[in-house]
Amino acid sequence: MDKVSTIEGRAIPLGLKNVDTDVIIPAHWLKTVSREGLGRGAFETIREAPSNPFDVEDFAGAPILIAGDNFGCGSSREHAAWALLDLGITAVIAPSFSDIFSGNAFKNGILTVELPQDQVDRLLEIAADHPITIDLENQTVTTPFQDRFAFEVDPFRKHCLLEGLDEIGLTLERSAAIETHEQQRAQALPWLDAPQRRDAA
Amino acid sequence: MASKPRTLYEKIWDAHVVERRDDGTCILYIDRHLVHEVTSPQAFEALRLAGRKVRRPDLTLAVPDHNLPTTPRIDAAGNRLPIEDPQSAAQLAALEANAPAFGIDYIDAVAPEQGIVHVVGPEQGFSLPGATIVCGDSHTAAHGGIGALAFGIGTSEVEHVLATQTLQLRPSKSMEVRVEGELGPGVTPKDLILHIIGVIGTAGGTGHVIEYRGAVFERMSVEGRLTVCNMSIEGGARAGLIAPDEAVFTYLKGRPYAPRGEAWDKAVAWWKTLHSDPDAVFDKTVVIDAADVEPTVSWGTSPEDVVAVGGNVPAPESFADPSKQSAARKSLDYMGLEPGQRIENIAIENVFIGSCTNSRIEDLRAAADVLKGRTKAANVRWAIVVPGSGLVKRQAEAEGLDRIFTAAGFEWREPGCSACLAMNPDKVPPGERCASTSNRNFVGRQGPGARTHLVSPAMAAAAAVTGRLADVRTLAPCQAVDA
Ligand code: SF4
Repeated sequence: MDKVSTIEGRAIPLGLKNVDTDVIIPAHWLKTVSREGLGRGAFETIREAPSNPFDVEDFAGAPILIAGDNFGCGSSREHAAWALLDLGITAVIAPSFSDIFSGNAFKNGILTVELPQDQVDRLLEIAADHPITIDLENQTVTTPFQDRFAFEVDPFRKHCLLEGLDEIGLTLERSAAIETHEQQRAQALPWLDAPQRRDAA
Repeated sequence: MASKPRTLYEKIWDAHVVERRDDGTCILYIDRHLVHEVTSPQAFEALRLAGRKVRRPDLTLAVPDHNLPTTPRIDAAGNRLPIEDPQSAAQLAALEANAPAFGIDYIDAVAPEQGIVHVVGPEQGFSLPGATIVCGDSHTAAHGGIGALAFGIGTSEVEHVLATQTLQLRPSKSMEVRVEGELGPGVTPKDLILHIIGVIGTAGGTGHVIEYRGAVFERMSVEGRLTVCNMSIEGGARAGLIAPDEAVFTYLKGRPYAPRGEAWDKAVAWWKTLHSDPDAVFDKTVVIDAADVEPTVSWGTSPEDVVAVGGNVPAPESFADPSKQSAARKSLDYMGLEPGQRIENIAIENVFIGSCTNSRIEDLRAAADVLKGRTKAANVRWAIVVPGSGLVKRQAEAEGLDRIFTAAGFEWREPGCSACLAMNPDKVPPGERCASTSNRNFVGRQGPGARTHLVSPAMAAAAAVTGRLADVRTLAPCQAVDA
């Protein structure tokens, strides 16, 4: 995974609340067996409107998206994160995120930044004409106007993003502990092992 | 032994912790992994690229559901019919190849047990109380209805579980939704969960796992509990669960994957310990009075946009929050509704009975009860019933429900997700309305421009016969047909 440290550039001031995964990437785009190319379907319904922020020239290739409360609610489809990446978006700022979406985002190296609504409103205003900067190391969002907003980030996620670590690789290093757990489980909760298989029946 | 009182969620969580890091993140063991065709191809591909195996294929079960067409799958001679859409066919082919290649048990598209993954899990006894269950689909929460800790995951997590049989997670907060009193006649579990989401909002459960508590749930059938837990995700929660009881044990006993003999007895003994301790502390509690719950309908494009069927479309100004006001305006515009309009005057052209929320046998019985001896209204163009699994379908046919549906003008389909998310050919046309027993009324969910009204199966049937959203309780009792 690519390392993430500072994300700097234009931010698409979407601002909408409850942007669900069907809006980020409609279901008919999910019929793919690859992670690539989903940017074409990203925000399809919003982009039907002639004056939508995604098709404003200034925001072409913008690395940041600013949205309202509960961003990414709805389904567990990771295609939502892949679609953002395919658009070139590597950070989303919003007052809150759905749990599944922020997990999916993190696993794809997309930073989700939670800020209070008034700070998000301020950023939406600035983003219309100016770039903003997200500094993961120092956990701040700054603007060309002395704004400096601190955000919280899970320390483990921060570490993984900064170092570009692969979570599966990290877990596999703990294989011995997993084996021990499996042995204890086989003793304590034996019925959980080896359910009858269809192909064995 | 005096230990800190724990919630049901904490008990299940604790039993599955492999390791806990200082920052609170745990490696959590996963007991059951359900896999379907849409969110798995990239995970298998990544495993292959990294040269990784599936750690516990025996704890993994694959079944296609999301984009299978619901038209007949085999011809008169018993040959499999091809899937027309090349991309759907490719996803199905990928799962069909990946399952055996990684040693995973696979229910194929024409097996009688095939169905929506969240219907199949409990029905096969693959999902068990106290188990950690994951699937690359957010409605995995449904399995909480039998007392499992079940939640949806993304494709990277699917890959993580396949490779390690664990996930790295931090515990959620716990939320109690306590329903006091009794549901009125004609009020179903679907109405209850829609009402609950209306009260807590779509972000009300964010960061939490909900435990549904109260006598209403003890009296509720297991299938009803699956319906309630299914929509926990619409309330923002990652999972929802209900303490398992005798009703759950009776439901599971003898199912194909369920434990047998001595293993069964041991399992039941443990399952009986799975309830929140009397002094357990929840981070958040919401109390709902069952008497307040009416047959409920969604009017907007978020599952929190609900109202009792006897009510009116709300005015955007009636919401305190300005962002909710503008969202409501957008919703009404999309839905083609006016503030103040009576819900019961809203005409519908389509009816969908199906989805992992409401496609089990009790759901079909409830709808058929209303439809018996009646036919759909002239303005209802398209009405379909999509059973949740092949076994539900057979059971319904054995009870003659299929004939009631077809006599009423419904199409009787093969199992799958269908018009719940319109990935397959079952779509609601742009600008048309659908009374739907599914779980999401998002913009474009049932097809581009489609307008969804979420309802219970009985209410969907009432909408079909009246051609509008209607209170099922006010329909005259149906003619006595030979039972
Ligand atoms: S029926 Fe709908 S909600 Fe349920 S698994 Fe299928 S697509 Fe998801």
